[in-house]
Amino acid sequence: MTGPGSTVEPRGAARRLLAANAWLVYAFFYAPILVLIALSFNENRLVGVWRGFTFDWYGQMLSNGAVLRAIRNSLIVAAMSTVLATVLGTAAALSLERFRFRGRQAFDALLYLPVIVPDVTMAVMLLLFFVRAADAMFVVSGAQVRLGLTTITLSHVAFNISFVAIVVRARLAGMDPTLEEAAADLYASRWQAFRRVTLPQMAPGVLGGALLALTLSLDDVVITSFVSGPGSTTLPVYVFGLVRRGVTPLINAVSTAMLVASMVLVLASVLLQRRRELS
Amino acid sequence: MTDAAAVRLAGVSKRFDDVTAVDSVDLSIHDGEFFSLLGPSGCGKTTTLRMVAGLEFPTAGQVSIFGESMGLRPPNKRPVNTVFQSYALFPHMTVRDNVAFGLQMQRLDRDEIRDRVAQALALVQLTGREKRRPNQLSGGQQQRVALARALVNQPKVLLLDEPLGALDLKLRQAMQLELKDLQSRVGITFVYVTHDQEEALTMSDRIGVMDAGRLLQVGTPEEIYERPTSPMVAQFIGDTNLLTATVKGDGQIELAGGQIVAADIAATPGTETVLTLRPEHLQIVAPDDPISDGHNALDGTVTRRVYLGNAVSYDIVAGDVTLRVRARNAPGRRQYDVDEPVQVHWARDAAIAVQR
Repeated sequence: MTGPGSTVEPRGAARRLLAANAWLVYAFFYAPILVLIALSFNENRLVGVWRGFTFDWYGQMLSNGAVLRAIRNSLIVAAMSTVLATVLGTAAALSLERFRFRGRQAFDALLYLPVIVPDVTMAVMLLLFFVRAADAMFVVSGAQVRLGLTTITLSHVAFNISFVAIVVRARLAGMDPTLEEAAADLYASRWQAFRRVTLPQMAPGVLGGALLALTLSLDDVVITSFVSGPGSTTLPVYVFGLVRRGVTPLINAVSTAMLVASMVLVLASVLLQRRRELS
Repeated sequence: MTDAAAVRLAGVSKRFDDVTAVDSVDLSIHDGEFFSLLGPSGCGKTTTLRMVAGLEFPTAGQVSIFGESMGLRPPNKRPVNTVFQSYALFPHMTVRDNVAFGLQMQRLDRDEIRDRVAQALALVQLTGREKRRPNQLSGGQQQRVALARALVNQPKVLLLDEPLGALDLKLRQAMQLELKDLQSRVGITFVYVTHDQEEALTMSDRIGVMDAGRLLQVGTPEEIYERPTSPMVAQFIGDTNLLTATVKGDGQIELAGGQIVAADIAATPGTETVLTLRPEHLQIVAPDDPISDGHNALDGTVTRRVYLGNAVSYDIVAGDVTLRVRARNAPGRRQYDVDEPVQVHWARDAAIAVQR
């Protein structure tokens, strides 16, 4: 033994080949992003032809009422659905991981369904459900339910619960259940044990689940476009609509803004977790 | 009630689905004693401890602590604290916060918490480590934090679930003595669960031996070791030879191989019995050597010899009987080889009947 890993580390041609492969993969991942960002500063209306550098498209984006409304809608839906899905998903994860009850296995299997079901199927199901529910609501209470931000938010909650639950469960599974017993043994009530011991332990999982939910909500096109109504267009749905009318650098500017926003989110979460670990 | 036992179990049973983990255990643990529950893994000793802590509830029977019946009282309302096998230290808290946790939950005032935490940490010699996290401590230090975290609450009874199991041998031996010392200083009743018979013998005032959910025997270490009442106890505590025999009367018994030997067993002739003979109570000499007065002797052959450093262990076959002999190793002492003919002899009162 000459050192850790020395026996398995590839040498010579194999090593160069693997390195080339890595670069290729990264290029495949990131070249489109770089192109997108570069072209968002293109002065030419035609996306593919570079003419000169400009911030015009960003200016247009910020003065375009439709874009700003779409951003606002996206943020509202994302914030609401993330909070709801995180609370419900965490509760589901806790009950599946900590308690034994009748129907637990069925519940367990059903919880993962939204992850497996194709978006389009989910979208059609939700649309049908909302239409029927609206009919029923009208018959019962006379209230009109319209497709809009509420139905979009509910739909996002519906699929995000599963993702949050999966992430939180992974964290809980790695947690020693005797910690809760120790808390109880040290005079903590159930609530105190949860607040002081369980919650801080699973916080990184909850945060991770929430970020995933936020990202998925901000990203979703298919389900959102099915269950949205007039005036409730979200940013990705708006961008998708723009593309159909021809690609302009405005789309690139909007996409770049979205990219930067999500990168800031991810970075923030990473920093937050690192600080927790250090302190 | 001043004479109430620290912990009393009355007919306590615990069933999980169709497995009986604890089977009608009756037990009184005295105030201020170091009591060990000893048994192989899966014998129900940990479940018994958890029922005292309130982490499990008996299917039948009653647990009471200082005369007070516990019923379905949750763990946070019982005057006991537990040191868990895995320590179960809160990883996101410092040593100080871990130790202060129980006091904070009882809403004591800040100054008192600070003083008592400092005292508890001093007691386990961890002063100066207050700001560390559990994962920055060694196994032995974590063990001390767990101990301090429980003791700081001044429980009426301290429950310990194999707290030394994860430590290496040297540290474990040091901690055994330290724990015993600590217990006599704080004067709290300790209930200690272990599968390590040496540990139980070293530390305990009394030991309860469990097997398959049943409490087989309760007694001082001497009683358990010298006068086991069942083959299981004899076998579990220390090494032993178990011999089936038939009582002949007049202080004579017949071994399975037909040999007649003397033994002090009061039983009607014809009774089948099981004897325990400790390997260190047997002596081994050459075939022609004289045998001490009042000793039984069997002729046999060495079939196995294991060198143990301070002793040599021999397996000796005498007819249908195999005996293990532990001969102390001393300068000039004769040793025997495999296949060598020998005599094994023992004092007649060394054999104890463990089953009548």
